[in-house]
Amino acid sequence: MSDFEPRIVGFLCNWCSYAGADLAGVSRFQYPTNIRSIRVMCSTRVSPHLLLEVFKAGADGVMVGGCHIGDCHYITGNYYTEKRIMLTKELLRLAGIEPDRLRLEWISASEGERCANVVADFVKKVRELGPSPIPRDSRLALRLDAATEAAKVFRLRLLSGKEIKLTGEGNAYGEKVDPERFGNILRNAAQEEFQRNLILELTKCSALSVKEMAKETGEATDATLERVVALRSKNLLALSVVEGMTPKYKAIIVGGV
Amino acid sequence: MSDENVRIGVFVCHCGTNIGGFVDVPAVAKYAASLPDVAFASDSLYTCAENGLASIRDAIKDHGLNRVVVASCTPRTHAPLFQAVCEEAGLNKYLFTFVNIREQCSWVHMKEKEKATEKAKDLIRMGVARVRLLQAQEESRIAVEPKALVIGGGISGMTTALSLADHGFPVILVEKDGELGGFVRNLNNLYLDGKDAVETINPVIGRVRANRNITAFLNSRVVKVDGFIGNYDITLSVDGREKKDKVGVIVVATGAMEYVPYSLYGYEQFEHVVSLTEFEILCKNKALPKIHSIAFIQCVGSRGQDKSYCSRICCNVAIKNALNCAENYKNMLGREETGAEVKAPVEMKAWEEISERRRRRRGRRGEEEGGEAPQAAPTEALEITIFNRDVMAYGVDHELNYNKAREEHVRFVRYTPENLPKVNMEGDKLVVDYWHDTLKMQRKMNVDMVVLSTPLISQPDAKDLSKLLKVPLGQDGFFLEAHVKLRPVDFATDGVYVCGTAKAPADITECVDQALAAASRAAIPLARGYVQAEALTAKVNPDICTGCGTCEAVCPYGAIRKTEKGVAEVIVAACKGCGCCGATCPEGAIDQSHYTDVQLLAEAKAALEGVVH
Ligand SMILES: Cc1cc2nc3c(=O)[nH]c(=O)nc-3n(C[C@H](O)[C@H](O)[C@H](O)COP(=O)(O)OP(=O)(O)OC[C@H]3O[C@@H](n4cnc5c(N)ncnc54)[C@H](O)[C@@H]3O)c2cc1C
Ligand code: SF4
Ligand code: SF4
Ligand code: FES
Repeated sequence: MSDFEPRIVGFLCNWCSYAGADLAGVSRFQYPTNIRSIRVMCSTRVSPHLLLEVFKAGADGVMVGGCHIGDCHYITGNYYTEKRIMLTKELLRLAGIEPDRLRLEWISASEGERCANVVADFVKKVRELGPSPIPRDSRLALRLDAATEAAKVFRLRLLSGKEIKLTGEGNAYGEKVDPERFGNILRNAAQEEFQRNLILELTKCSALSVKEMAKETGEATDATLERVVALRSKNLLALSVVEGMTPKYKAIIVGGV
Repeated sequence: MSDENVRIGVFVCHCGTNIGGFVDVPAVAKYAASLPDVAFASDSLYTCAENGLASIRDAIKDHGLNRVVVASCTPRTHAPLFQAVCEEAGLNKYLFTFVNIREQCSWVHMKEKEKATEKAKDLIRMGVARVRLLQAQEESRIAVEPKALVIGGGISGMTTALSLADHGFPVILVEKDGELGGFVRNLNNLYLDGKDAVETINPVIGRVRANRNITAFLNSRVVKVDGFIGNYDITLSVDGREKKDKVGVIVVATGAMEYVPYSLYGYEQFEHVVSLTEFEILCKNKALPKIHSIAFIQCVGSRGQDKSYCSRICCNVAIKNALNCAENYKNMLGREETGAEVKAPVEMKAWEEISERRRRRRGRRGEEEGGEAPQAAPTEALEITIFNRDVMAYGVDHELNYNKAREEHVRFVRYTPENLPKVNMEGDKLVVDYWHDTLKMQRKMNVDMVVLSTPLISQPDAKDLSKLLKVPLGQDGFFLEAHVKLRPVDFATDGVYVCGTAKAPADITECVDQALAAASRAAIPLARGYVQAEALTAKVNPDICTGCGTCEAVCPYGAIRKTEKGVAEVIVAACKGCGCCGATCPEGAIDQSHYTDVQLLAEAKAALEGVVH
């Protein structure tokens, strides 16, 4: 594994981190060649499902660079970035992929040297983690698909966007949610959506019994049954066959997606 | 997804040896030529030189290119140049992609030519994958209502209004008080030129009144603002009546207030302890009591005592007042003290004015009325002391004033935040009890009057206005400019500007500088008559949008509104294309033109192509 060269995709915001990376160049700070950066206008643009799809495409690591908190060119963009990364890491963890493969860094336009150091350090960390298991592990890949779908789900997106309002100015009832409690809400929602989407991913190709699902999701059979009921009531899952006494379910695929 | 016939041209630059020395540029260009849809690829020594640019122009025509990739330095400096070349050759500038192989490749991998070359190839493959999916974009032009709203009728607001009016633009000036002039109306004389403050400001007020382009509303406020640069629908409350209008730009010049030193140094506890502003009012109205000695205490409530910042002007204001006391004390005495000697008429009983100010404040704080007007103490000559942490008499002229004050025997006594002076009453005498840092001993000084130099603080209702205009406040409640150095009078939101003490403590000279700057910034869209929005905006798909309003809540520029159908709509002129709404929309109803999910993902996937571990 010593000749393993991690492939890292970077998403750098135009105003700070991309400029910081430019300054690293202007000042000739050397760093490993492993990173391939994509310029976005603001780190806030990088949505969780996009990041997860990049992992699906085989990235060993993904780095998101933004302006320091308070310095975002778009005022509040990076507050949301922080929450989105938090959510993405949680989903990676649920899928069974090391959350450390995703890194968020604040790099200002004047931090050329820091930019070089951060990249070097991240390359080192990813090297230690080894190659991404995704291309060779279809089970993990399926779990990652479930995470990606979960990231698109209404509640998770809403949570990762609304956090500032929830913890800063209070929710609709004027009560403030403390950040720790919010973290718990986010984790629970992520867990829930991930498990549901995992069931859907698992049953896309072949019909499964509740027991078989539970084996994959790692949850108790009755908990899994509850999810099946919920998914059925939303018309996302249908009874496919009954083998002996055991009903088997299959995901309903809407449209051609 | 892509056009049937995509023809991409790739231009790889050597940048002399900057890239060519560390990356095998010809090999990279050759590789680029092998990529799908690439109809032409070449390398040149300096792509940004005239012959390099000409080669792009020619290739677009000769090879029928409809997408262009330049791999060279950084888009942050050179993108406009290459985009212009594309446009000259008849290619929409949004069909161009920049690949950075200098700052983010050759210059940071100078000792690994092989790997750097591989990386350059990958980066170009990514650029090609991206450019293939790009769509031509039209930049929209939005007409600008050639009229300005200036909020605040102090020296800053009036100066901005006059300047814009002189440019020929109609200006609406909104002042919440019953008079124009702002804080300066409280002042006695002004430092540096020593001129009477009211006499300085009155001609400005006169010019505002006389200017036919300026409509000034007193006792008014802005109650509602809708829209974006060029097209603000504003609602004013004028004397309690509602008034609507339409303007293209807005300037905030709402000024600041004095900090009131409640419970500091015996303020409102002992007679003859006054704030600096109150002292100016006394001097202005020629109502000083006869006193023998006076002490100024600097940095009261500022620099960490309550507010964290230095208010910038108080040292010089204290020196001004010390000099006034030394040179002109007799002419500022009340009529009772000088009998018939006073030449100028007494406009108002100053102590009454001060009591009235304090009463009004108390009313605001919901406190009981009370407190007598301080009485005069009978004494002859005048000793002046300025207790300070350090004297910030910055610049040429203030330093001269400082020296002059020393020549006039004004004593400057230093104190430290660990050893604050104390103001007490001993018998019927005011006493300043202080630690003398040079003599290293505790000392006492009898004084007849203590003046507390307090900072300028933000207006208490600044928050309301900041919400109305969707512009930010800094941590001390002052309005926050877009960039502390490079954009000092702009807000991040286009079309809204700021000047004067609304932004931070400043003196009149600085306020006027800023006011003129704000006027010239605001005049740009007014004079041009339109704003051109970069086509990097969010787009809502109305068929998917459920009208939940999340996007509206997260957009820092108020660039999203609801249509009559109840779905979200992006205000193209106001959107800055940050992408926050798109990443937040729970329905996935928003995409970012020029940075779509599909484009970003294609670029990322190209980066990972052909990796096998
Ligand atoms: C004690 C003292 C002494 C000073 N001495 C000097 C000196 O010698 N020389 C010097 O150069 N400077 C001096 N200054 C500083 C000077 O007073 C300020 O620089 C100047 O007043 C700032 O002008 P401005 O127009 O920015 O704000 P302001 O003068 O505060 O004017 C703001 C105006 O906006 C109005 N307003 C506020 N909010 C709203 C709203 N929401 N809607 C509508 N209208 C609103 C206010 O009523 C006010 O009229 C001194 C300051 C102090 C405190
Ligand atoms: S967040 Fe999405 S669904 Fe909600 S209003 Fe905006 S565009 Fe519509
Ligand atoms: S892209 Fe940014 S500026 Fe534009 S509407 Fe969305 S959140 Fe607002
Ligand atoms: S622009 Fe850098 S994080 Fe928003």
